Amino acid sequence: MRSKDFMSWADDWFGRVMKKGPIGRGLDHLLTDFWTWARVNSLYPLHFGIMCCALEMAAASGARFDAQRLGVIYRSTPRQCDMLLVNGPVSKKLRPDLRRLYDQMSEPKWVVAMGECAISGGPFWNTYSIVEGVDQFIPVDVYIPGCPVRPEAMLEGFMKLQDKIRKERKGALTEEMV
Amino acid sequence: MAEMWINMGPQHPMTHGLWNLRVKVDGEVIVDAVPEIGYLHRGMEKLFENRTYTQIAPITDRLCYGSSFTWNHLYCLTAEKLMGLEIPERAKYIRVMAIEIQRIGNHLMWLGAYAADLGLLTGFIWALREREIFIDLMQSLSGSRLTYNYARIGGVAADLPTNFERDCLRAVDYFERKLPEHEALYGKSKIFLMRNEGVGILKREDAINLGVTGPVLRASNAKIDIRKENPYEVYDEIDFEPHCSDLCDCYGRYLVRMNEMKESCKIIRQTLKKMPAGPVRVKTPLEGAPGEAFGRVEDSRGEGMMYVIGDGTEKPYRLKVRSPLFVTLSAAKKMLVGYKLADVVAIMGSIDVCMGETDK
Amino acid sequence: MATAKNRPAKQSDFHVKLARELPPLLDNMPLDFEAKDDWLATMRCDKGAILKLSKILSERFIFEHFSLVTAVDRLDKFELIYHITSYQNHCMLEIRVAVPKDDAKVPSVTPVWGGANWHEREAYDMMGIVFEGHPDPRRILLPQDYLYFPLRKDFNMEGE
Repeated sequence: MRSKDFMSWADDWFGRVMKKGPIGRGLDHLLTDFWTWARVNSLYPLHFGIMCCALEMAAASGARFDAQRLGVIYRSTPRQCDMLLVNGPVSKKLRPDLRRLYDQMSEPKWVVAMGECAISGGPFWNTYSIVEGVDQFIPVDVYIPGCPVRPEAMLEGFMKLQDKIRKERKGALTEEMV
Repeated sequence: MAEMWINMGPQHPMTHGLWNLRVKVDGEVIVDAVPEIGYLHRGMEKLFENRTYTQIAPITDRLCYGSSFTWNHLYCLTAEKLMGLEIPERAKYIRVMAIEIQRIGNHLMWLGAYAADLGLLTGFIWALREREIFIDLMQSLSGSRLTYNYARIGGVAADLPTNFERDCLRAVDYFERKLPEHEALYGKSKIFLMRNEGVGILKREDAINLGVTGPVLRASNAKIDIRKENPYEVYDEIDFEPHCSDLCDCYGRYLVRMNEMKESCKIIRQTLKKMPAGPVRVKTPLEGAPGEAFGRVEDSRGEGMMYVIGDGTEKPYRLKVRSPLFVTLSAAKKMLVGYKLADVVAIMGSIDVCMGETDK
Repeated sequence: MATAKNRPAKQSDFHVKLARELPPLLDNMPLDFEAKDDWLATMRCDKGAILKLSKILSERFIFEHFSLVTAVDRLDKFELIYHITSYQNHCMLEIRVAVPKDDAKVPSVTPVWGGANWHEREAYDMMGIVFEGHPDPRRILLPQDYLYFPLRKDFNMEGE
């Protein structure tokens, strides 16, 4: 047996027993409160600043507003993140790179559109080089309005995302709602 | 030896904004560098041709959001020259005071981000803490923390609020007491000095020929400051000294910016003392006169210019923006070649990148 | 300390010197030299002579700093407006160059002032004026395969 065949057999077995089978569903029923608690209190956003709202994102990590009390720690590589915070207008040159960053993040992942430019293009909505809102090519979970977004509003947006994750109650193994 | 091109960006903690630095490395030593920009291009110059003069003023804030009042003020200066307006004395003093308050705020943001890049996270927290005081001052003046829209064509939007002089003097006193603590944090740190001294050297002739302006030029032994060379508003009635350093490296740029913050405190005190009473705004026409005008100021990062061509209607025919960082970034190759890959963060951080004004 | 109000009289002397010495060096081309105040002076130049003028200004009259180049679409022609500063002589010169639309090529001044490099790339990117002799004639702000020049008056702001 070659290693490639072994890997595909192991994937298949794991999928049948755990992901779609009764053992996975049973474990999820028991442990979903634990998975939700872990996900809600450790949202790691990507270290990605586009425009003015990025300075307010930095100010929110300062001592006055302290985003880290919500468990938010910025990571530099998308493989280690579970939240993509889009904080500025997306130009047509950036659009494929941003989609690539989103695809590189692993499940579960959420997207927060911060500021008017990310929601709908902002003051630049009808120019030739801006995409009108990031939800044209990436599914968005929470929209935070403002121009620029105050740090308090950003923290409230994070807390709304935490409420959404608590309501969703996705199982970690079966990835269905429990 | 192994030569390869490495992409640093557009998503990279070093970049502070969206740009791509492609470096060619031979082992660990850099042999070539090509900065690529344009990820934040919003078509501002085309947008300006389709908005009226009053509608353009809040958009110019978003040109460089780190020091947004300077661009707002530069646009109002240029439009006033085009329309031939003379603004009241009190408005000029208020503008100069607001420019210096947000210059301190901008340099503190640079200091925090630079310290965070080099691994000195205490510096990040301290700098942001001091910056909050100046942001509160600008918020009581204009209503917003970051993009102020406080200068209007013809003066400023509103007069100073109650007790502003008292709060402002208290803030400046507090900051001057705290600044020696910051200097001790960086100056006595062996690692900070090792990473900055002798790194990213840019000689005087190269700097002037490549069009570099601002703190980077003043750190290369050239005492050139537009507030002294070509004074605007009331800078010719205020006593201050632009600081110049002959070190030509990243440590020299750090010293120049720290001393600029001290000079800004002196300027704020003088404006508060000398400010006359009077109106703060004059009535302006809606249309721009046919003709051309340009404004030139000392932005926190160098020489900022705007060139406007009016044609008698209420929208400008052409409004061109010169951003200082556009030119300083093109000199990146001169500063990078010969150093190691780990020095890129220190060198690119010391020129204080803000992509909003570069990409327009 | 020289400030705007008490600037010594040598500034206008420098403008007088420029007005006197420039025409013979440029084969008596009509220059329309005019001093606006003690800082700024305007003149015009032919498209073919801009490189020669740059070398004369940089070497003989010590204009060290290249501030800006603006490209304007005047509907019947393009116009390039250069702003060049002299730190030593406290003077700024505004040079206008008319560029015909069917032959939009101008010699590049990057060999003289390195600071003109990215400014000329941006003028090409936005308006479509080609700078001959430029070391890196690529687009700078828009994607490399973009087909249009946005700042021309016949391009709609909302895109194609």
